[in-house]
Amino acid sequence: MPKMNLSHFEAAILFALFSSVVLGVITKRTDADRLRYGVRCFAYFVAALIGLGWLMKLGHG
Amino acid sequence: MVTNAKAQAAAPPARGWYGVVLLGWLVPGGGHFLLKRPGRGALLLASVAIMFLLGLMMRGTMFQPQTGDVLTTIIYCGGFLGDLASGLFYLLTVWLGYAQPDMAGHVHDYGTKFLVAAGLLNVLAMVDAYEIATGEKE
Repeated sequence: MPKMNLSHFEAAILFALFSSVVLGVITKRTDADRLRYGVRCFAYFVAALIGLGWLMKLGHG
Repeated sequence: MVTNAKAQAAAPPARGWYGVVLLGWLVPGGGHFLLKRPGRGALLLASVAIMFLLGLMMRGTMFQPQTGDVLTTIIYCGGFLGDLASGLFYLLTVWLGYAQPDMAGHVHDYGTKFLVAAGLLNVLAMVDAYEIATGEKE
């Protein structure tokens, strides 16, 4: 099996993407609502990722 | 109360959910395929499968149940249950010898988390399939 090397950012983005797809698929009742919710979840994941990344960078000085 | 009664009356009769949940565990999204929701089933299957494969390719570790102090028990037993929730992916990985030893490094650590998260996402998919099968959800 090939070995994969990802950065923190790439791994976290992939995690966010697939988690958002599943959360979107199982949560809402119509396809449009599912798509909207999935995109919103992904945006929240990315916002948290960037925010926490900056917080850690600033915390380290 | 009246609304609940109306909703229950309008809901389709509960089907046998055991088979749906069992298939949903073995094959992620399988419960949805059985319930004639192929689009949603395919998305769930793809998401869980890709996440699991990425975890394997990052050389993530499969948890083995261990007991000791509370934290060790929670992490190792919980991690084992999370891995096991991926169904056939987990079973095939262990049977075919693709389970990796624990290694230091952030990529391996992400891989381990991806493997557990794939199982946990499958648990969400199984709950969704159960709710559809029992008529609580469309």
